[in-house]
Amino acid sequence: MKAWFKSGSPWIWLNGGAVAFCMIMVVGLIGLIAVRGFGHFWPADIVKVEITQPDGSRQVVMGEIVRPQTITAAVARDGGRTDIPEGMDLITRYLLKQGNKDQTSNDFAWYFELGMGEFQYPKDAYQIERREWGNFYGQPVALVRSGEVIARPAETNFWSTLQESINRSLALHKEIRGIEKGEIGQMNAQIERLRLDLRRLELRNPSAQERAQEEERIAAERARLDAEYAILRVELDKLYESTRRDTLVMRMSDDREVNISLATIVRVTAPNSMSVFGKAGQYIERLWEFLTDVPREANTEGGIFPAIFGTVTMVFVMSIMVTPFGILAAIYLREYAKQNMMTRIIRISVYNLAGVPSIVYGVFGLGFFVYFLGGSIDKLLYEAALPTPTFGTPGLFWASLTLALLTLPIVIVSTEEGLARIPSTIRQGSLALGATKSETLWKVIVPLATPAMMTGLILAIARAAGEVAPLMLVGVVKLAPTLPVDATFPFIHLDRKIMHLGFHIYDVGFQSPSAEAARPLVYATALVLVLLIVILNLTAISIRNRLRERYRSASD
Amino acid sequence: MNDTVTPAVPPGLRSRSLLPDTEARLKLRKKRARRDRNSRWGITAAGFGVVFALAMIFVYLFYEVFPILKGATVTPQADYALPVTQATHQHLILERYEELGIQYTENGQVTFFEADTGAVRHQVSLDLPDETEITSFTHSEVIGGVTAQGLSNGQIIITRHAFDLSFPQDRRVIAPRIEYPFGANPIQVDQDGKAIQHLAVETVTRGSGGSLIAAITEDQRLILTHLTTRTNMMTGETTANTRQVTLTDVPAAPVKMLLDKALRNLFITDNRGYIHHYDVSDLNTARKVASINAGNGQNITAIDFLVGSVSLIIGTEKGELSQWFLVRDENNQFNLTRIREFKSHNAAITVITPEYTRKGFLAGDADGYLGIHYGTSARTLYLKKQADAPIKDLAISQVNGRILVLDDQNRLQVASLWNRHPQLSFSAMWNKVWYEGRGAPDYIWQSSSGSDEFESKFSLVPLSVGTLKAAFYAMLFAMPLAIAGAIYTAYFMTPKLRGIVKPSIEIMEALPTVILGFLAGLWLAPFAEDNLPAVFSFFILMPVMMLLFAFIWSKLPLRKIVPDGWEAALLAPVILLFGYVCIIASPWIEIWFFNGSMRQWFTDIGVTYDQRNALIVGIAMGFAVIPTIFSIAEDAVFTVPRHLTQGSLALGATRWQTVMGVVIPTASPGIFSAVMMGFGRAVGETMIVLMATGNSPVVNFNIFEGMRTLSANIAVELPETAVGSSHFRVLFLAALVLLALTFIVNTIAEIIRQRLRARYSNL
Repeated sequence: MKAWFKSGSPWIWLNGGAVAFCMIMVVGLIGLIAVRGFGHFWPADIVKVEITQPDGSRQVVMGEIVRPQTITAAVARDGGRTDIPEGMDLITRYLLKQGNKDQTSNDFAWYFELGMGEFQYPKDAYQIERREWGNFYGQPVALVRSGEVIARPAETNFWSTLQESINRSLALHKEIRGIEKGEIGQMNAQIERLRLDLRRLELRNPSAQERAQEEERIAAERARLDAEYAILRVELDKLYESTRRDTLVMRMSDDREVNISLATIVRVTAPNSMSVFGKAGQYIERLWEFLTDVPREANTEGGIFPAIFGTVTMVFVMSIMVTPFGILAAIYLREYAKQNMMTRIIRISVYNLAGVPSIVYGVFGLGFFVYFLGGSIDKLLYEAALPTPTFGTPGLFWASLTLALLTLPIVIVSTEEGLARIPSTIRQGSLALGATKSETLWKVIVPLATPAMMTGLILAIARAAGEVAPLMLVGVVKLAPTLPVDATFPFIHLDRKIMHLGFHIYDVGFQSPSAEAARPLVYATALVLVLLIVILNLTAISIRNRLRERYRSASD
Repeated sequence: MNDTVTPAVPPGLRSRSLLPDTEARLKLRKKRARRDRNSRWGITAAGFGVVFALAMIFVYLFYEVFPILKGATVTPQADYALPVTQATHQHLILERYEELGIQYTENGQVTFFEADTGAVRHQVSLDLPDETEITSFTHSEVIGGVTAQGLSNGQIIITRHAFDLSFPQDRRVIAPRIEYPFGANPIQVDQDGKAIQHLAVETVTRGSGGSLIAAITEDQRLILTHLTTRTNMMTGETTANTRQVTLTDVPAAPVKMLLDKALRNLFITDNRGYIHHYDVSDLNTARKVASINAGNGQNITAIDFLVGSVSLIIGTEKGELSQWFLVRDENNQFNLTRIREFKSHNAAITVITPEYTRKGFLAGDADGYLGIHYGTSARTLYLKKQADAPIKDLAISQVNGRILVLDDQNRLQVASLWNRHPQLSFSAMWNKVWYEGRGAPDYIWQSSSGSDEFESKFSLVPLSVGTLKAAFYAMLFAMPLAIAGAIYTAYFMTPKLRGIVKPSIEIMEALPTVILGFLAGLWLAPFAEDNLPAVFSFFILMPVMMLLFAFIWSKLPLRKIVPDGWEAALLAPVILLFGYVCIIASPWIEIWFFNGSMRQWFTDIGVTYDQRNALIVGIAMGFAVIPTIFSIAEDAVFTVPRHLTQGSLALGATRWQTVMGVVIPTASPGIFSAVMMGFGRAVGETMIVLMATGNSPVVNFNIFEGMRTLSANIAVELPETAVGSSHFRVLFLAALVLLALTFIVNTIAEIIRQRLRARYSNL
């Protein structure tokens, strides 16, 4: 033993253990997110269980089991369960997602195994996803159309009739949304433009005749829009009326009957009677919805499409800004600047800026870009809209610009490294053939260093996609009403606020009213973000490795 | 050389030659030179632009912080004679829009005049009863605009000035008027009809409401009158209910009387430098509590409340200024306590005028000096001669933009004032400050509240301590793991495993901190709370378990199959298994040793336990910092020249001896710089601390309590603050501190690293 210690190998083992522990942490973290994130979409079975309370009363509850937990009896007793027998040390409790928030107001509840009957999985237990109030769990009683019962669960065609009606109401809903978002949205934009025209007119103070003409035009335009709106309104009212045709009557676990209008239903499933393939189909459908749909219920349900879109747009705009400047700055530092003390100081400073806390960039972005630059732009170009700020408020452009500044050092460092790796023989060869410095640079060196620049850009994108702290200050919001890119001129709206995956995680996980309900969605969102960043980084790493191989052969 | 070939070619064909002629070549050469130049200039410009943009961060942050350092400036604008000089001057006020001044005079006149010129806009004469004259005057807290005149027949008249605002043709028109909040009829305070010598009035609007009038009559009685008014909804008529009590315990020569806004305390100064404190919270038990020798031998020449009427500012005949307020002692008794002094004037203080919404005040003295001071920060922002004669009265507007200075010779000076950030000073941000209502000086960060009278508490100490606390626990977790891991990976691990470990660590570095923060807050924090014994036993016993396994392994014949360099892979299942055992055993440990709940046990022995605490932050932020330290340290160890280690091994040292004796001493600067970089990252990290702590600004190093860091504080508060306010600038200062700190730390680390690289190349 003593000799073994003296050999020093225990310390080597301990060092190895540190590496093993780090690796376990990384793999465990990604694994945890993957399991929780992917697991969210799998349709869980609905259990129904009878619980006998300590006072002898019976209660039937129904819902999905979120997780069981084993706690010590002392903790349970502290929590108010005094009926736990003396000899019992540990006790299991189950967290049940029982939904029906509009009826019972506690959609998540813990139940102790004490007094719990056997778990039942009734075949006709439905999980109903609704636009409001979250999920509903219950058993069907009847489908009612315009006040008359048209189908009963006992009938064989009940399920198909129900799905048909739901599909119809979903189609109607889509149509309504199309009108509201598309035509009415455009109309609002036009009315806003007219208002600005009028305001601009006042600011410009033109001749009386011109003013009268302009005012007349605006009034006519407005009248036309109002008339169009009235027509649309009638159409919309009709559609709304039509969605209220069908009602599903459901029975809750406590035998109360509830009417649910199909207009509020997104999806009805009966997971207990589904085959594995059925569930897999359902899984893909839900996953797809998650990636392509807009959020509902204060972001705790529905999809994350606006967040994905916002992240991508922001990163895209940022790349456009950071790439040329980063690369040019790196070329300057490596190729043109005199390699003296000053350049060394600048280089160290630029490298160090990569280590400056991101929140500092956020503060700078808010103060300088948003309030100072944005405020000036508003005064010069958007005077009519004041006091409502256009660029003088956080938005896509400022968020991108701030991130561009934040990722500039990354691109510079990476490009410089790439330039430094190029063997000087290649450079000298080109110069010896009579090429000017710029020809050598653009035709020989830059093409060779492209992969390094790509690596820098990818790393910059990965960093930008995951950065949240500065964005909280300069343009990301929890719920943006519109996407930053749409069909209205000028198509890319740099002044709009955007949603962002990272901020979505922070917001849903920490600011939403029901943390328990939001949790699965946060895991799923985190998974999307982690996948995005891991893929980007792996790409960067592989490009860099290939690059090293290439230069190794070039310098030989 | 083309010319030598071309003569035989006919002139027509010559131009069709594929080779360019001289002119074209010249052109081409010019074009190339131009391109070369353009490229040079373009790239240089872009390079300078980027460097400039990055330097701009420093410059701009400093530019935003700079106004904090500035004192106040007073710019005289006009100078004219007081509008009313026939009667004794009582009180001067400047209204919200800094357009009108108001002068109260002892003949019962209220004069509204243009602040720019002194021209009278409006004049109101109070309706005095016949054969009476005004014998005393008081005003309640200035923002309410309530004043009271005590009459020679024991009556008082309470008035309030108010303004009607209208905007005809987009121009602001202010129409002043005088209101009688308690009805136009004088209130009979003294039933004996004696003249009222001293008066104080204050009104509470919150709660049950009501007003208190304190009056000292010429025959030395202190009469306290409590008024409650009720306005009839139907008729609009106001009826008043009064309750009265008379005290005879009155100082010999009262000078000034002050009543606080809570209607609890009454202070009377006398001509010997004493302040007499009366408890008047309940009229039935109203009594004198104490007499305090506040002047300490000097006469008190001016006294007034700061806004909120908690603090008293006392000015003496020698020009000393001090702040006092009631401090509660162990016996729940309130004692008037001297809190702090301000820079002294050279002559007797003649007038003290508090600001409306902040804890600042103006002071004028007998030499004509004007002082602008601030309570919380104890700063004197301005102290200069403003008038040739002694200053008689001062008025400041509600928005602190303009002041009126009245001197003995009835000259009135109007001056504009810039005094934006008096709350902030070095001592207010970094030293203990005695805030109003607190028992002792303390470090507190509390930037805002709902009330106007709130005293902002901008101590950066809790935030700095929180930042260091978070960084400390993160480094405690990360340093051993990262450095040990780096040494092993660089020196002992097989290249095959290294090819997996290195990219994994890079991925670890790239993981967004928002994800780490969310897992720490929503998964790790509840998990750790439920399985506290597991967490502790895991971290304490894990090394022991590793050594145990290593020892057993060294005795196994199996070890021949697996070569050196795979220790990490062998230990992974051991760690996983032990972790699992810890979790399974956790509730049993709680039952056996901690009465069923370790968390409860902590509470019982007096340790505060927050669910989101420094332990969680340490682990989560440690996770974020490990890759930074790991990569740089691994690099430093890996690039130690091979001939050094080979030499050591050749001399018979074991691998571990080589590591300790040769590798680490050589690579130590690199490892140090890695730790510095990691520290820099931990200091500035925002999302993890934002999500994994409760963000409460506490000053302690308890591992089971949370903290609030500089960066998280910026993220939480900056979107909410008003642009350009003191709070806004303090947050910019916090950002500047973070920037400077990380920049310095990183620069040192980078320089050390470059030196090391140079040394390696010499070896």
